Amino acid sequence: MPPEPTPEEISTQQSYLSLGLSDSEYQLVCELLGRKPNLTETGIYGVMWSEHCSYKTSKMQLSRFPTEGPNVLQGPGEGAGVVDLGDGWAVVFKVESHNHPSAIEPYQGAATGVGGILRDIYSMGARPVAFLNSLRFGPLSDKKDPGSPNIKRNQYLFGGVVAGIAGYGNCIGVPTVAGEVGFDACYSGNPLVNAMCVGVIRHEDLQHGRAEGIGNPVIYVGAATGRDGIHGATFASEELNEESEAKRPSVQVGDPFMGKLVLEACLELFRSGAVISVQDMGAAGLTCSSTEMAEKGGNGMELDLDLVPQRALEMSPYEIMLSESQERMLLVAKAGREEEVFEICRKWEVPACTIGRVIPETVLRLKHRGALAAELPLDRLLGSCPLYQRDAVPSEKQLSRQKKNAVTWDVPDDIGALFKEMIVQPELASKRWVYRQYDSMVRTCTSVGPGSDAAVIRIEGTNKALAMSIDGNSRYVELDPQTGGRIAVAEAARNVTCSGGQPLALTNGLNFGNPEKPEIFWQLREAVTGICEACQSLELPVTGGNVSLYNETEGEAVYPTPLIGVVGLVEHPEHETTQHWKQAGDVILLLGETEEELGASALQQFMTGSIFGMPPALDLEKEKNLQEAVLEAIRQNLIASAHDLSQGGLVMALLTSCKGELGVHVDWESGIRDDLALFSESQSRILLSTVPQNLLMLEKLMQSRKIPCERVGVVMPGRFDIALNGKFLIQEELPELQQLWENALENIMNSENQGFSGEKQAA
Amino acid sequence: MRCAVIVFPGSNCDSDLYKAVNSFEGVDAEYVWYTTENLDAFDLILLPGGFAYGDYLRAGALAARTPVLKALIRAAERGVRVIGICNGFQVLTECGLLPGALQRNSGLHFICDTPLIEVVQDQSSFTSRYQQGELIRLPIAHGEGNYICDELTLRHLQAENRIVFRYASGSNPNGSVDKIAGILNSKGNVLGMMPHPERAMADWMGSSDGRRLFESALNLFPETADAA
Repeated sequence: MPPEPTPEEISTQQSYLSLGLSDSEYQLVCELLGRKPNLTETGIYGVMWSEHCSYKTSKMQLSRFPTEGPNVLQGPGEGAGVVDLGDGWAVVFKVESHNHPSAIEPYQGAATGVGGILRDIYSMGARPVAFLNSLRFGPLSDKKDPGSPNIKRNQYLFGGVVAGIAGYGNCIGVPTVAGEVGFDACYSGNPLVNAMCVGVIRHEDLQHGRAEGIGNPVIYVGAATGRDGIHGATFASEELNEESEAKRPSVQVGDPFMGKLVLEACLELFRSGAVISVQDMGAAGLTCSSTEMAEKGGNGMELDLDLVPQRALEMSPYEIMLSESQERMLLVAKAGREEEVFEICRKWEVPACTIGRVIPETVLRLKHRGALAAELPLDRLLGSCPLYQRDAVPSEKQLSRQKKNAVTWDVPDDIGALFKEMIVQPELASKRWVYRQYDSMVRTCTSVGPGSDAAVIRIEGTNKALAMSIDGNSRYVELDPQTGGRIAVAEAARNVTCSGGQPLALTNGLNFGNPEKPEIFWQLREAVTGICEACQSLELPVTGGNVSLYNETEGEAVYPTPLIGVVGLVEHPEHETTQHWKQAGDVILLLGETEEELGASALQQFMTGSIFGMPPALDLEKEKNLQEAVLEAIRQNLIASAHDLSQGGLVMALLTSCKGELGVHVDWESGIRDDLALFSESQSRILLSTVPQNLLMLEKLMQSRKIPCERVGVVMPGRFDIALNGKFLIQEELPELQQLWENALENIMNSENQGFSGEKQAA
Repeated sequence: MRCAVIVFPGSNCDSDLYKAVNSFEGVDAEYVWYTTENLDAFDLILLPGGFAYGDYLRAGALAARTPVLKALIRAAERGVRVIGICNGFQVLTECGLLPGALQRNSGLHFICDTPLIEVVQDQSSFTSRYQQGELIRLPIAHGEGNYICDELTLRHLQAENRIVFRYASGSNPNGSVDKIAGILNSKGNVLGMMPHPERAMADWMGSSDGRRLFESALNLFPETADAA
């Protein structure tokens, strides 16, 4: 072990800066401790006060979210939110980002993101039943410069992230059932990788992370600690730049096999009753788990670092405490029942050992080689991080762009040809190439898998099912964060509704740029306002989430990207609904009003290469009314299919409702210009199909709710024919159109010699 | 009927298989940990899918060298029926009970899908409830399902009617030789297959075509079931 800098040297050489503390923060630490911290202590403060762990910039914004509701059993603060499902059942869910690691090492970055959120879910005691993910990358093609290094890099990142999610999720045996992928130049170099996990639990099995019972042993379970991932949390709280590549060692390496064993061992440990509390060693590893558990329990913790299993030689206390090695859990067991814990771990071949105990003094005390390595009072570590209220000012560009007219092009001559060009863009193309790499069926509870508005997972031994969706259109947020925030919530909830679920609660992943810039902090504040408004109107509490700031490359921020994961309850299997047509001759209905709203639309982006104007407006009262009406119709068994209208508007919704042989014949009247009518992204619209016998009842229901409801066509085998005001705009054979759309992404990824070979991909 | 569902560290379709087999009346399935050295009590032995030992070294390679496999080989020699699904198929080729090997999918990606499968023969203990030539839907989910064997083995498999399932309708998702999706040993009591019948047990799953495989293997002839 090389000699460590002394506290004095850390101060004079300002080495605290590289450990993540600013000058003023370091001064505050010295004041709080009444002395200068040593290297280990400085490192602990650095990670615990990083944005990733402390939320020091976003906390005041996050505190505005409505977090309470009649069904909420656990709001933000524990590993994940918990919501009641009735009859003693509950759902546990949360989203987490792994953007920075994935930008550097896509396979491992994404894989460990999946592993991390998995541990958050089962550390609550729940059996994980589903993964979802939301991904953003830079463009995969460029007509002007197809071979550009940026494009190649984007393809490499995209391929690697998908392979990483598949590699971890498939191996661990939890189905990946839903998600979304977006592409935009703003994500070149800074992809977004947000993974969500959903678990199911009986109320009585809920675990918590409170270290209780003085003298109880602290037990380390799982893989040994190495030097990987040291300072991952601090790394995640900085902008990416040319030097980021050198931080590859900050990226952890996943081992889904060990992850699976730790998962099974932990679930069995909880059942044994020998364990009091548990927490995942995630961001900031042993530091975060030990201090948070001790603090929540109102106690302290003493750890003997020599007892921590290590896979590198000569690790310093600093390295042991800050390592983010994967597949590790920290638990507090009942004194005297250690042997039971070890017995279960031996069965699953998972290493486990006692490394410390719960102590009455509210401090974190670390011993190493017989000496005191650190002693920090918990209240001066966790509760004392300074909170920052940054300036929030919209940029000039922001304001002037909003004033522009959203439509600057003339009606295209051939809308059919335009449509065929648009559906092969990665943005709109089928994501089959992605989700075919994910095992969406393992556990045999998946009733509706990828490719519909929301996935539906059945809960074994009950009549209940869970509908789940993750969504967020960052282009809307970029143009107007408040409206964009509202739409993100409304759309994710609409997806769940269309699948037959009553939306219950949400988790959010807030991905933004550098909050120290006033225009970025403004985006964050406004988006949170929009999310809050939608949550209140739609009665959806926020039960947890994640904030990822500093998503910038070379000073350029990504679009503000709040991602909303909604979970809903499907009360009966008969209510499960998909977006796909069910039989020829069914009548197609369009609910809601179509306005000329093209700001930030897929059509605008395609026609102009940029976005401007205002995003579609959202009336939350109308939205709520619409969702309630559709759910009522589903419960009355009046609906064959239901599909939310989103990116690409009506015409995209029509295409994505087609499945197998079932196409459409649409004859629709609209007062709006042809191309704008088909591609408008007006909100609060849903496409339904129904058997003719139910048509009148369905229309009557919508009428009584004052919801505009137009008959727009019928389900027709083999064709995709769209007429507007009596004139055919698109006339295609369905199979050709489907092939074009379904294979587009695969063609792009296979055509180039992008050649990312996933590291581990087996059955 | 007693069924063993073998569990290795890293198996992840064990509970699906357990549920599937236990859904039949009069069938008693139980989990059997890989350290077990005796399988005498069982009428049917099932090797589930998943990632035994994380697929480290080679898919199925480590699992094929565990104590339970010695017992399984002895049982197979006695004529006990054995089904290896997905990772279980890989284990069966690794331990030598079935010929050939399963290599990486030709497209190099993991594939999860529900393709059409052709029932090549209905004379085996595992396909008696199907009809020869019938097309059924069974899910696949694997990264290494590309079956390969030498020419001579292939000719034996064909001549002895040991190819039970093939990918149908012009598709060959993983690039397998002769579109092979499932094969028998020469005695006909050991079946290895990449598709997952346990994921096709009810219409809400997308298919119920897997039920008849278990009905065949368990000698069940439900009066209500029709042969599609």
